[in-house]
Amino acid sequence: MYDTLTPENAVEQKEIKIDAENVQVFYGDTHAIKDVSVKIEDKTVTAFIGPSGCGKSTFLRCLNRMNDTIDICRVEGKILLDGEDIYDKQVDPVQLRAKVGMVFQKPNPFPKSIYDNIAYGPRIHGLARNKADLDEIVEKSLRRGAIWDEVKDRLDQPGTGLSGGQQQRLCIARAVATEPEVLLMDEPCSALDPIATAQVEELIDELRQDYSVVIVTHSMQQAARVSQKTAFFHLGNLVEFGETSQIFTNPVDPRTESYITGRIG
Amino acid sequence: MSAGLVILVVFLIASAGFYLGRSRIIRAAGGDIRKLHSRPNYYGLTVALFGAVPALLLTIFWLILQPVYIENQVSKQIEPGDIPEGGSLSLVMSDVRRIADGLDVAVADGVMTEDKIATLDTDLTDLRARLGEVGVAVASDIKPNVFGAATVYRELASGLRMAMAVVVIGVSLAGAAFAMLRIHPGYRARNVSERAIKALLILSSSVAILTTIGIISSLLFETLHFFKLYQARDFFFSMTWNPQFRGGSDLGILPLLWGTLYVSFVALVFAVPIGLLAAVYLSEYASKPVRAFAKPAIEILAGIPTIVYGLFALITVGPLLRDYFAQPLGLGNSSSSVLTAGVVMGIMLIPFVSSLSDDVINAVPQTMRDGSYGLGATKSETIKQVILPAALPGIVGAVLLAASRAIGETMIVVMGAGAAAKLSLNPFEAMTTITVKIVSQLTGDTEFASPETLVAFALGLSLFVVTLGLNVLALYIVRKYREQYE
Repeated sequence: MYDTLTPENAVEQKEIKIDAENVQVFYGDTHAIKDVSVKIEDKTVTAFIGPSGCGKSTFLRCLNRMNDTIDICRVEGKILLDGEDIYDKQVDPVQLRAKVGMVFQKPNPFPKSIYDNIAYGPRIHGLARNKADLDEIVEKSLRRGAIWDEVKDRLDQPGTGLSGGQQQRLCIARAVATEPEVLLMDEPCSALDPIATAQVEELIDELRQDYSVVIVTHSMQQAARVSQKTAFFHLGNLVEFGETSQIFTNPVDPRTESYITGRIG
Repeated sequence: MSAGLVILVVFLIASAGFYLGRSRIIRAAGGDIRKLHSRPNYYGLTVALFGAVPALLLTIFWLILQPVYIENQVSKQIEPGDIPEGGSLSLVMSDVRRIADGLDVAVADGVMTEDKIATLDTDLTDLRARLGEVGVAVASDIKPNVFGAATVYRELASGLRMAMAVVVIGVSLAGAAFAMLRIHPGYRARNVSERAIKALLILSSSVAILTTIGIISSLLFETLHFFKLYQARDFFFSMTWNPQFRGGSDLGILPLLWGTLYVSFVALVFAVPIGLLAAVYLSEYASKPVRAFAKPAIEILAGIPTIVYGLFALITVGPLLRDYFAQPLGLGNSSSSVLTAGVVMGIMLIPFVSSLSDDVINAVPQTMRDGSYGLGATKSETIKQVILPAALPGIVGAVLLAASRAIGETMIVVMGAGAAAKLSLNPFEAMTTITVKIVSQLTGDTEFASPETLVAFALGLSLFVVTLGLNVLALYIVRKYREQYE
């Protein structure tokens, strides 16, 4: 139906995965996102930074229509995934979210076994034809989540029994298991200690090989470490968007500079 | 002075003590309350406590001991000849009390005066009629000795009442004065009054516990009594329930237990799916306005008295089931049946199941739903595979609570299930439950000490054990569930 082939060697000129144009978000009467346009590239880590309440999480949730679950939320403008408008009436948000996975701020493993947590997505989307297939997907996802070695002997134990960092990596592995094209991460490290954060960051860097990753973070060091592109949000506006190295070393907008140097935020 | 008035005076003294104590300590501190160990109110409270607590304790003891003392004194007045044949001293004493109270009422109503009573000694024939006028019935003719005892009773009672008033008010004043003298700015009034408050809190919580213990021990005592008269083995394992007024009854619990469990089972089969589906709709699908209307509307069901459900079973559901199901199917022609009671009880239980399940489903964190939606799951997949499993322990708890409610339910089964103790599988047949039989065994005219009556206590205790077990299980499961997300 549409072209999902991405040239493996396109390093310099990456494809645009998500193209958001003039996006407006309203929560009731509050205008939370004001006219944001952004182009997110494939196989790239894009970081959204900005002070609390600037709308970066709201915007992130627009990208897989998670805001649909909030009654008073209204989204205007256009968000194209591979050239298709995801807010088109033809698009089922359920199918969209299978392609655009999400990892949340707080680790939220289901009250199931570790195995069933990972197998949840593949099962509902019918990715495995038999048990062996499913076993393989679970193992592969847990390996990609950099948690396989820690849990391989206790796959039948509840996912809620893991430590916070392990839970978050489990949630990332769970998101990866459904083979999404884009992975959205809403402050995935805010509940983690530095060691677990480092593991998750390493993981994000690896995921870049296959996915387009969008990460919301409060830590500017984290944004600088893991991302190639950075978008700075302030009061619902996209202030600046560009190469991470350029944003952090030579920001164009004075507000970006103030935020990065710690004067506002 | 009556006891109520005395208590009121004590409270007045205590509240006066509160204000006096407070103002005294403020004056002692020279108006600067920072010099005080505690806030002024605590000093006031200390004075009030010293004024009220010992006096009230004394009142309680006095009120308990006074009748015992009077009884003792007055019964000396009664001679063996005054006790009618076949009667007992306690019957005569109750006559004495009734005459004494009657005289009090008569005086209060102005039918008689104290002088007239004093001269009444000679003419007792008239007294019975006079007491009848003020609504006090005395069984037999009043004998002189009995009347004399009643007079002594009245004298003692009024004397002791007066004495109590004086002593209690004196103790109250003394306590308040003692506290007034003791308080000074360095006095640890907060610690004293907080200890008193803590004692009050402990007292309140122990009331419930002690009541439970009391109920259990009274059941236990009568049950042991029953098992002395009736074989425990027969009670627990006999398959027949056939009480006889002349004795020689079969009192096997099994048919009743079967009826109880069968009716409860039918009720749960009816209530659990409906309640659960209603809960899922309310918590996951219903819009805010619908939910705001529907949830209270369902909970209204819980507010209907069970006797009204019983009427519904008797008049509507019973005949309906008989005419359209039981008779066409040839399964019976009784309008009271297990199914009637079970269905109506199921209706009663729907709000229990739905309301409690709705609460636990709502308690499943939103992040759980987000996590599932974020993986591309549909709403129904999310509910079936994430939310319900997460809420399952709470739902099981709700179902068990509903079950213990069903097992203990009486009115609906009295009117819906009938009174025949039967071991049968046919749900259209009339059966009966433990609760119904407790009522019928205790409301009869049989002698209290017979096994036919005492069996009610054994049945009650058995029922209590079953529902207690279910409640404990439910609480255990609910608590285990709570630990998961906190």
